[in-house]
Amino acid sequence: MTLDTGPRTRLGTRPRTRSRTGPRPTPRSRRRAAPGGRLRGGGLSTFVFALPLLVIFGVFSWLPIGRALVMSFQKTNLLTSTWVGLDNFRAVLEDPLLMTAIVNTSWFALLALVLGYPVPLIAAVLMSEVRRRKGLYSALAYLPVVVPPVVAVLLWRFFYDARPEGVFNSLLGGIGIGPVPWLQSPTWAMPSLVLEATWAAAGGTMIIYLAALTGVPPELYDAAEVDGASIWRKVFHVTLPHLRGVLLITLILQIIGTSQVFLEPYLFTDGGPADATLTVLLLIYRYAFGQSLGADYGKATALSLMLALFLALLSLVYLRVTRRWSTT
Amino acid sequence: MRPGRTSQAMALASVVALASLTACSSSPASGHSGKLTLSVVSLLPGSEKAAFDTFNARVAAFEKANPTIDVQPHEYKWEATTFASQLAGGTLPDVFEIPLTDAGTLIANGQLADLNDQFQKLPYAGQFNQNLLDKGKGQNGHVYAIPAKSIYGVALHYNRALFQQAGLDPDKPPTTWDEVRADAKAIKDKTGVAGYAMMASGATGGWQLTAAMYSRGGQVQQVQKDGSYKSTLDNDAARKQLEWLKAMRWQDNSVLADTTLAWDTINQAFAAGQVGMYTSGSDVYSSLVETLGVTGKDYGLTALPLEGPGAGVLVGGTLAAVGAKADKATKDAAMKWIDFYYLQNLVDENQAVENAKVRAENKQAVGTPVLPIFSREQYQQSLKWIQSYINVPLDHMKGYTDVMFDQPIVGEPTRATQEIYTLLSTPVQAVLSDRNADVGKLLTTANTQAQALLAHG
Repeated sequence: MTLDTGPRTRLGTRPRTRSRTGPRPTPRSRRRAAPGGRLRGGGLSTFVFALPLLVIFGVFSWLPIGRALVMSFQKTNLLTSTWVGLDNFRAVLEDPLLMTAIVNTSWFALLALVLGYPVPLIAAVLMSEVRRRKGLYSALAYLPVVVPPVVAVLLWRFFYDARPEGVFNSLLGGIGIGPVPWLQSPTWAMPSLVLEATWAAAGGTMIIYLAALTGVPPELYDAAEVDGASIWRKVFHVTLPHLRGVLLITLILQIIGTSQVFLEPYLFTDGGPADATLTVLLLIYRYAFGQSLGADYGKATALSLMLALFLALLSLVYLRVTRRWSTT
Repeated sequence: MRPGRTSQAMALASVVALASLTACSSSPASGHSGKLTLSVVSLLPGSEKAAFDTFNARVAAFEKANPTIDVQPHEYKWEATTFASQLAGGTLPDVFEIPLTDAGTLIANGQLADLNDQFQKLPYAGQFNQNLLDKGKGQNGHVYAIPAKSIYGVALHYNRALFQQAGLDPDKPPTTWDEVRADAKAIKDKTGVAGYAMMASGATGGWQLTAAMYSRGGQVQQVQKDGSYKSTLDNDAARKQLEWLKAMRWQDNSVLADTTLAWDTINQAFAAGQVGMYTSGSDVYSSLVETLGVTGKDYGLTALPLEGPGAGVLVGGTLAAVGAKADKATKDAAMKWIDFYYLQNLVDENQAVENAKVRAENKQAVGTPVLPIFSREQYQQSLKWIQSYINVPLDHMKGYTDVMFDQPIVGEPTRATQEIYTLLSTPVQAVLSDRNADVGKLLTTANTQAQALLAHG
């Protein structure tokens, strides 16, 4: 078996067959149940079992979504509400800060993609090659995920001290670089946020990749070794094709996650300097809670709905486009 | 597969558990054994233990005088981002504090309790500064929020030790904006410490830019003949102040290059000796002592430079209020607390002395210069009562106290105040972070956005 034929063929055909045909319907599932038949046939206990989940999910998840939908067509301060039709949507679209927020969010997403997406993958591949104290290294890599996000941001704010005696600037000063105005410059602020966000999240994604890597048959690497493949060829022709499904999922999750970035710009810079890190979610927050009096929940929910709709459409398009590359 | 008895029993148990959960969550709160519990705001979170000791002593004195009221203090810091939802959600204490500028809208929204009946029973109800009291009145003329705590004028706070190290005379603080710039540069050059800092985060940057704009004769908004509001942010005073700040940042390098500074963090930087001068309310010294343990040895306070026709000092302050859902008993108790804690210090000699004594014993600030809630004479009388307990460094504050009653005062903008402050923070942040910031363009943009807000009403 050579590297180029065996695994590729298996990876290329099996999933497509599965996705096209799906599980074969059994005669029972095809049969249309008579009224009450489902309940007598076990549906009642299923329903009762699911009831707590449905109630909790309904109260804490669906109800707020429904309420948000209603509020997006209202002018409300939570005490009194009036219907305003599409005014909130119009006001959001006319807000000059919306374009700033969209551009900033896209910039964050792009930087996170370039910087943050490959880092956990590379770390996972390297980690999979480690033979001794693998658990220790994995734990160390995962540690930032365990640190509470607010604590992490406060820690990094300390590191990002713009003065020459700041932690990072001291280190960079040793090699003649800086001082860098990390959070105090419109140019540097966003990359600084992405750097911290990558540090904070990479461990979690790396663990997923590590788990996926255990599913790669070792004999493929052996075969590649026999064929004289270099480490890069092994990575590109064995590892990555096997991670393709996971990579596609983590990519869309990353895009959705970065489109909703809030914590870092809120805690580090509050959207500054001069709106350089104002993101869509921070703008939603400002609409809803930014003013002591003006709490504009209508505009906040209107923009939230627009964002949700955009992400849903993006996900659909993404899944459709990547369907033939997917392994699942 | 038919469901077995076990699974049916488990399903039943799930329903029972869910019902129990619902029952638990809806069980009523326990009663208060005959006493009325009144929750009140106390001090800023993180205040010194001595400050809490002082506050608790006042609570004990109040409860002794009012045995049917149980006061529950809550640490409190007013924040624009949480206040509205706290008020709407009913999670504020019964008695809370609001900025002068917010009362009108909160009253119009029906979010504050009508305290008129309780207020009119105060023996000194007719002695309030009417301009201040009007801020807490509704369209029906009833009092909903009461001037309390302190009324401040924005002033310049400075570090006397840094002045000395820089070869400047701390008894001759700057009186013009050019002198502020020159002194800031001297401090930076001689000590390496930033000579000046400015709040820039959230709404605070716009608040301080507005104060500086007023001090140069500028205005934020004007009321037109037809009653509509016109935004005037794009004015010469604002332009001059931002160009001044930009020059200090990029030519002199004498400004603390931090666009995240807010009211509390600039206080921290000042208390830590990282800042030579900054502008804030004249009453901030009390907070510096209360939360940061400042002793006053190196503290200096002077008046904001006033330049040009129409220049004035921005005045702000705090009102005490009660949520709209409060019942009569709570409103009665709340007024007793407002009277005791906030106001009697100013009108009753015994209470003034008692309060000053407790504060002085706990090394809290007594005699911090503020503007009068009643009249200038009443304010000066109250200071005489507590003369022997005054512990703030009045000699270091003469630059302010000598002129505080002579400076023309200007109230904060009345329409969309916090929103416009937030808009104005962007130009402040821009000049502090971008050496090529176009001040004219920044102000034009802010003005357009402010006009849209004003038009929106």
